[in-house]
Amino acid sequence: MADVGGSVRVYGLIAAMWIRSTLVYRTSFAAAVLTNFLVTALDFVVIWMMFSQATSIGGYSFAETAFLYGTASVSFGITALLLGSVDDLGLRVRDGSLDAFLVRPAPVLVQVAADRFGLRRLGRFLQGALVLGWSLTRLDLDWTLAKLLLLPVMLLSGAAIFGAVYVAGAAFQFWAQDAAEAQSAFTFGGLTLLQYPPTVFARDFVIGVTFVVPLAFVNWLPALYVLGRPYPVGLPWWLAFTPPLVAAGSCALAGLAWRAGVRSYRSTGS
Amino acid sequence: MAEDFIEVDGVEKVFDVRRKTGLLRRERHQVRAVDSLTFGVPRGEMVGYIGPNGAGKSTTIKMLTGILTPSAGRLRVAGIEPSRERTRLARRIGVVFGQRTTLWWDLPLIDSYRLMHRMYRIPDARYRENLDRCVELLELGRLLDTPVRQLSLGQRMRGDIAAALLHDPEVLYLDEPTIGLDVVSKVKVRGFLRELNEERGTTVLLTTHDLTDIEQLCKRVMVIDHGRLMYDGQLDGLHQVGESERTLVVDLERELPPLDVQFARVVKVDGPRQWLAFPAAQSAAPLVAQIAAEYPLADLSVREPDIESVIARMYAREEPSLGGTTAPS
Repeated sequence: MADVGGSVRVYGLIAAMWIRSTLVYRTSFAAAVLTNFLVTALDFVVIWMMFSQATSIGGYSFAETAFLYGTASVSFGITALLLGSVDDLGLRVRDGSLDAFLVRPAPVLVQVAADRFGLRRLGRFLQGALVLGWSLTRLDLDWTLAKLLLLPVMLLSGAAIFGAVYVAGAAFQFWAQDAAEAQSAFTFGGLTLLQYPPTVFARDFVIGVTFVVPLAFVNWLPALYVLGRPYPVGLPWWLAFTPPLVAAGSCALAGLAWRAGVRSYRSTGS
Repeated sequence: MAEDFIEVDGVEKVFDVRRKTGLLRRERHQVRAVDSLTFGVPRGEMVGYIGPNGAGKSTTIKMLTGILTPSAGRLRVAGIEPSRERTRLARRIGVVFGQRTTLWWDLPLIDSYRLMHRMYRIPDARYRENLDRCVELLELGRLLDTPVRQLSLGQRMRGDIAAALLHDPEVLYLDEPTIGLDVVSKVKVRGFLRELNEERGTTVLLTTHDLTDIEQLCKRVMVIDHGRLMYDGQLDGLHQVGESERTLVVDLERELPPLDVQFARVVKVDGPRQWLAFPAAQSAAPLVAQIAAEYPLADLSVREPDIESVIARMYAREEPSLGGTTAPS
């Protein structure tokens, strides 16, 4: 954990090797990126169709909803691209193939995350970024310096919070090897949630998403500040600026969970 | 034993096993995979680590590499506690698991090597020298561009051994390196390991089912069963302790009554074929000479005792005999 530079380097080495091997088949790679782009864009098509029937959802306009959709998708896109492979940890624990990672001179998490690095996952990030860009041209906001700075900060913090959820979920798979489904509920489920305005959900649910799994810090709280919207639950406005802290805290907790998981790894017989 | 390269002192590994005993009820019990294990291996030694399935061999290797954390006891490799400083230790050790590969399954063999080169930060000249040597001795030349999943078991094993040696490890752990290999591959692998140990002074710890591996490679052998060290000493001593016997199978030109020869007894007769058991520590040559001189001998073969029967005999003697002869060090 201490050697960040070394970890990034090893991640780059492994990812580069996988990229090279996928680029051998250029057309199939292009098709995979496009498919990923289109499949993830379906989520937005659904929102589009809703707005063809109504002018607002939960009090939010199409452009505002697109802003929420875009910020959540970009954050999640970054995480899915960089950490998407940790989902498979349960498989590796079950068949013992994690052993190979444990005898190499690099952190296991880095190796698991970079394994089968899929550049095709760029598709989700790209379509999220397009929607976000489009929403920014349509929104009529009073931009302040704080709002301008908050935008990149929330995208990166959001990616880190999603990352913590990914890693914590993967760590849980050390004990429950078939928990990948439960993990998806938090990652993909969380993403779908954050793509909609918080006002469409029940109050208790929003509280849960804020304080139990801190997903609301990914985009809701900072985005509502940017949009100049009131919080759905009576929360103080300055929470909009806390995502970096929440991200750091979640990552630290996820890191501890991961460590505990590795230490309790039992490998398989033979 | 203070300056042993590998130090294992009173090491235990206990697994919690949960078993479903009813619809909702689960029973928890503990399995002691390794129990108060103590041994030391000096630098440059080649040690065979044998025992039946489930005896604790792999668990020991996994603790030595840092994959598993011991439940109790002290363990050091090159002065490093493996489970605490796994990544630091990784640069100094090489590991080959017979049952599974450490190579990147979907990529050509050479890609795995290139990645190891950079991941272990091996100096370019050193990498090229080690790779060339492995490619030549393990005959990997034509396989380098083949995806690992397309390699046969023997080819993959050779590929794995090369991968484990590119960074000049001080110790090499081999977990069943010859399991499932054909005779030619076995011979190649053994020859390579012998040379590695003799020329580079690499410490080698190898687990195996195959006593021939041990006979051809190791002076010292450790036997583990039910997680306990049953024997630690010379291979010859193991045969004495285990009172193991080799079998001489002779085909005579015609049916004869059981042969009467010194130091051997006939255990089975089937037509012109007879099975003679003799102490494993003894040479077969004088026995063969005597039979050839006195009887009409058509053909013969020698069968080695297998580990299971040696251990079974040790059990029959009840007491676990630690250090039947003293360990060479």
